[in-house]
Amino acid sequence: MNKIMIGLLLCLAPVVVWSDAQKGLEIMQEVDRRDLGWQDMVAELKMVLKNKNGDEHTRRLRIKTLEMKNDGDKSLSIFDSPRDVKGTAFLSFTHALEADEQWLYLPALKRVKRISSSNKSGPFLGSEFSFEDLTSFELKKYQYNYLRDEVVNGVDCFVIESYPQYEYSGYTRTQAWIDKQRYIPIKIDYYDRKDALLKTQTFSDYQQYLGQYWRAGTVLMSNHLTGKSTALLWEKYTFRNGLTARNFDKNTLKRSR
Amino acid sequence: MTKVGMTANREWFVVRHPWWVLLLSLLFVGAAGSGMQGLEFTNNYRVFFGKDNPQLLAFDALQNTYSKSDNVMMLVEPADGTVFTRETLQAIVELTKAAWQISYSSRVDSITNFQHTVADQDDLIVADLVFKPLQMTDEQLATVRQIALNEPLLKDRLVSPTGHVTGVNVTVQLPGEDPMEAMKIAKEVRLIAAEFMQKHPNLTVHLSGVVMMNNAFGESSLNDNASLVPLMYGIVLFVLILCLRSFTGTFSVILLIVFSIISALGLAVYVGIKLTPTSAMAPTIILTMAVADCVHLLVTFLHNMRLGHVKKQAMQESLRINLQPIFLTSTTTAIGFLSMNFSDAPPFRDLGNIVSVGVLIAFVLSVTLLPALMMVLPVRVQAKDEPDNTSMQWLANLVINKRKLLLIGNSLLAIVLMSFIARNEINDEFVKYFDESVEFRRAADFLDANMGGTYNIELAIDTKAAGGISEPVFLAKVDQFKHWLEQQPEVVHVNTITDTFKRLNMNMHGDQLQWYKLPEERDLAAQYLLLYEMSLPYGLDLNDQINIDKSGIRVTVSLHNLSTQQMLAIEQRINHWTTVNLSDYEVNAASPVLMFSHIGQRNIVRMLLGSVAALILISIILIIAFRSIKLGLISLIPNLIPAGMAFGIWGLIDGQVGLGLSVVTGMTLGIVVDDTVHFISKYRRAKIEKGLSSEEAVRYAFSTVGVALWVTSLVLVSGFIVLAMSSFLMNSGMGLMTAITIAVALFMDFLFLPPILMTLDRKPNRVSA
Repeated sequence: MNKIMIGLLLCLAPVVVWSDAQKGLEIMQEVDRRDLGWQDMVAELKMVLKNKNGDEHTRRLRIKTLEMKNDGDKSLSIFDSPRDVKGTAFLSFTHALEADEQWLYLPALKRVKRISSSNKSGPFLGSEFSFEDLTSFELKKYQYNYLRDEVVNGVDCFVIESYPQYEYSGYTRTQAWIDKQRYIPIKIDYYDRKDALLKTQTFSDYQQYLGQYWRAGTVLMSNHLTGKSTALLWEKYTFRNGLTARNFDKNTLKRSR
Repeated sequence: MTKVGMTANREWFVVRHPWWVLLLSLLFVGAAGSGMQGLEFTNNYRVFFGKDNPQLLAFDALQNTYSKSDNVMMLVEPADGTVFTRETLQAIVELTKAAWQISYSSRVDSITNFQHTVADQDDLIVADLVFKPLQMTDEQLATVRQIALNEPLLKDRLVSPTGHVTGVNVTVQLPGEDPMEAMKIAKEVRLIAAEFMQKHPNLTVHLSGVVMMNNAFGESSLNDNASLVPLMYGIVLFVLILCLRSFTGTFSVILLIVFSIISALGLAVYVGIKLTPTSAMAPTIILTMAVADCVHLLVTFLHNMRLGHVKKQAMQESLRINLQPIFLTSTTTAIGFLSMNFSDAPPFRDLGNIVSVGVLIAFVLSVTLLPALMMVLPVRVQAKDEPDNTSMQWLANLVINKRKLLLIGNSLLAIVLMSFIARNEINDEFVKYFDESVEFRRAADFLDANMGGTYNIELAIDTKAAGGISEPVFLAKVDQFKHWLEQQPEVVHVNTITDTFKRLNMNMHGDQLQWYKLPEERDLAAQYLLLYEMSLPYGLDLNDQINIDKSGIRVTVSLHNLSTQQMLAIEQRINHWTTVNLSDYEVNAASPVLMFSHIGQRNIVRMLLGSVAALILISIILIIAFRSIKLGLISLIPNLIPAGMAFGIWGLIDGQVGLGLSVVTGMTLGIVVDDTVHFISKYRRAKIEKGLSSEEAVRYAFSTVGVALWVTSLVLVSGFIVLAMSSFLMNSGMGLMTAITIAVALFMDFLFLPPILMTLDRKPNRVSA
C-alpha cells in the first residue's frame, strides 16, 4: 500500500516539473506561431552605444531579413556609418543548434570573408548585443520553463525561463517577460556563465504591422557588470517586399548596397 | 574660600555620588558604543585616495571610458619547467573555464583561449590557440609553443619568455558597493587554486593582481587585530600591575580603556566612518593613549593612600593636582591627532578623528568613571609598595651637575642626527607595503622574478575624432611609442592594438610574414578590425582597448616592481616623449601604482601644514597654561627636536618615507608635548608656589613626575613597537617611527630640557598675577 503511494508520488513529481516546462513551451510556441508568415522585412537601424562615462556613439545600418521555414532566418545588414566601414555588408544564415554561417563583405578589400563560427556569444559591432541576442527567435534554441505571472512596466506578463541549447552560448539562462495578450517580449534578463545577472534587454514603442506582427521601435540593452548600454532605434519597417533567397546569396554580397 | 568651594563641589560629586557617575558613564558608553554593531570594514586600495585626488580622478575617467581593469592573476608554475605539455595545457584550459565562475568576472585571458588568427584561403579563422590539448600531436604542441612565445600579446604578459610560467588573468568589475567584494573573490580564487593544485600536484598556483592586493590590505589588518591587540593588552596589563600594584586599579583602567575604545568606534560608525587597514589601528592607539591619564591619576591617588589618607581625600587631592595637566595633555594629544585631517588619505583622517575622540573620552572617563570605580570598589595598599624614587634622584643630580656637558652634547647629537634627515626618500611601493609573510607579496615577487608586471601604467591615447584610431599616421605613431617604451629598462610588456592590426594585415595577405606590418589605408584598417571584432567570442572582445567611437585606444604598460622615485621618473619620461611625439593626440596616464606614487609627496606637503597648525595651536595652549611666553617658547625645543631627530635616525636605519610615516610628526607632536607639560608644570609649580631656584625646581620635577613620565613613555613606546610588528608596512613603519620619536622625546625631556631651563630661566620667578 505504502509502496503504491510512494510510487504515485514519484510519478507525480516529474509531472509537476513537466507541466511548467510544458506551459513554458506552449507559451513560446504561441509566440512563435503569432509571428509566422511575414515573409520578409526591411528596416533601418540606429545603434546608440553608451559607456560608463556617458559618452555616446551612433552607428547606422539597413537590415533585410528573410523568413525561413524550419530554420533560422537569413539576414543581410549593410553598414552606412561610421564612414570607415560604410558599404560593409554582413550576411548571416542563423541556425538553431549549430553555428551560424556568416560572411562579411569588405569594400576596402573588395572581398567577401567568411567569419569564424564560435562568435555567437561575442558582441555585435562592439555593442552590448551579442550575435545570439540579435538572431531570429527559434523554438529549438532553448528549453523553456514557465515560472510565474508578473506585471512589468504595467503589462501583465508570463515569466519564462529559457535554457540555451547551443553549446557555446554565453549564457546559462535567460528570463523573459512575455506579454500575455500580444505574446511579445517586454523584458529579458540574461544570466552569464556564472549565473549572475549580466544584462537586461527592454522593448518599447511596439507597433503592429500588417495587422499582426508586433515590432519594437526601441530596444535597450543595459550591461549591469560594466555599466555600458546600447539602444537600438528601429525605423521604416516594411514587410513582404518580395525578397527571395537570391537577395541573400554570398556570391551577390558584393553587389548589395 | 570660593576657589576651594568650587573645586570641592566638582570633586565631591564624583567622590560622593560614585553610583550616579557610574550610571551616567555606563549610559554614555552604552549609547555611544551601540554604534559598534554597524561597524563596517573596507579594504579597497581606493580608500587611500580622497575624492578629489587628481590621480584617482584620471584613473576613474580612464576606466569608465574603457573598462575596469581590476584583476586576479593566477600564475601557474609547472614542476617540469615547461607549460607546453598536453597535461599542463589541459589544466590551463580547465583553469580558464573555472575562472569564469569567479564573481564579477568580465573576461578571462590565458594562453589557451587566446584568439589566434590564421588565414585559410580567403577566410579569416579566429579561434582559441589551444583546443582539446590532450588530442594534440607533438608537432601541434611545438607549433603552439612557437606561436605563444613569439606573440607580442602573450609573451611577458601571459607566458614567460622561456615558457616555464604562465598566467590566467581574470578581469573583474568590482561594483564597489560591498566592502567585502575583494575578500569574497579572494576566497573563491583560493578555492579554485586549491582544487586545481590537488588535481594537478605538479602545478603550483601563485595568486597576484589588484584584487589580491585589496584582499591583502584587509587580511593583514584583520591579522594585526587578532595578534597584536591581545599582545598590547598583555603589555598594558603588565605595566599597570607593576606600577600600580593594585588589582582594583588595574581592573578599573582596563575597563576604562575598553569603554573608551567602544565609545570612540561607536561614534565613528554614527558619523559614517568605515574602518580601513589604517583606521583599524585606532583601538591599539587609544589603548596606549588612555593609559597615561589613568596612571597619572592613580599613581597620585595610591601614593596618597599609602601616606595614610582616607580614600575619599586621597582621590580628591589626586584630582585637584592632576585635573589640569591631564586635561592639557589630553587636549594637546587630541590636537596632534586632529592634525591628521590635513592628510590627503581619508583613512588617516579617520584614524586621527577616532583616536582624538577616544583620547577625549578617555580623559572624561578618567576623571569620572575611574574615581567613581575606585570609590565603589575595595582598594587595599601597602606602604612598602611605594615605587622606588632613588633612580630619579640620581638622574636629577646628574642633570644638575653636568648641565653644560648635556646642553652641548645633546645639541650636537640633535644636529648630527637631524643632518641625516636628507637620507630619507619618499617611497610608496604598494607591493612592499606587505612583508614576505603575506601571500600577495610572495606572489607579486614571484611574478616580478618570472614575468614581471604587478605594476602597470595605463595610457589612454585619444585622437578626438571618431574612427581616428584606424588612421595610418596614428597607428604608426603608436607603434613608434610602443617600440620606445619597450626600450625602457623598467618596461616588461606593452599591450597595444597595433600588434593586432599587424597580425590581421598579415592574415589578410595569406599569412605572409612580410605583411606583418600596419595597414596603410584607413578604411582597410577599420574593416580588418571590424572583421576581427565580429569574430570574437564573449569576454574576449576589444572593448577594453578601444573606446566606443573608435577615437581612442588604451595602451597598458607592464613594469618591473619599481620604487616611487623610479615610477615618477618613468612617468616623467613617458610624459615628455608623448608631449614631443604624440602632440596631436590627447594622452592620459593613470593606474593604481601612479596613484600611490604621487600620494606620498602630496601627503607630506599637506601634513607639514597640519603639523605647523598643530604646533601653533599647542604652543598657544602651553603659553596660556604656563602663563609664560618664555616657558611656552622653551617648551618648543623638546617638542620639535624629537621629530627631527627621529627622522634622522629613520634616515640611518631605513630611509623610506611613505604615506604611513608622513603623518607621524603631527601625531607625535601631541604626545611628546605631554612629557614636557608634566615636567614644566611641576617645575613651574616649584618655582612659583615654593619659590625654589631653577636647580631645585628641576630636582622637584624629577622627584614628582619622573617615574610617571618614565612609565607612561614606556607604555607608549611598547604600544607603538607592537604596531611596528604589523605585516602591513604602512602601519609598522608608522608604529616604529612613533616609538622612536617618543623615546627620543623622553630622553630629551630628561637630559636636555632641564639644562635649557637652568640656562635660560635663571631668575627665580615671582607670582605676577
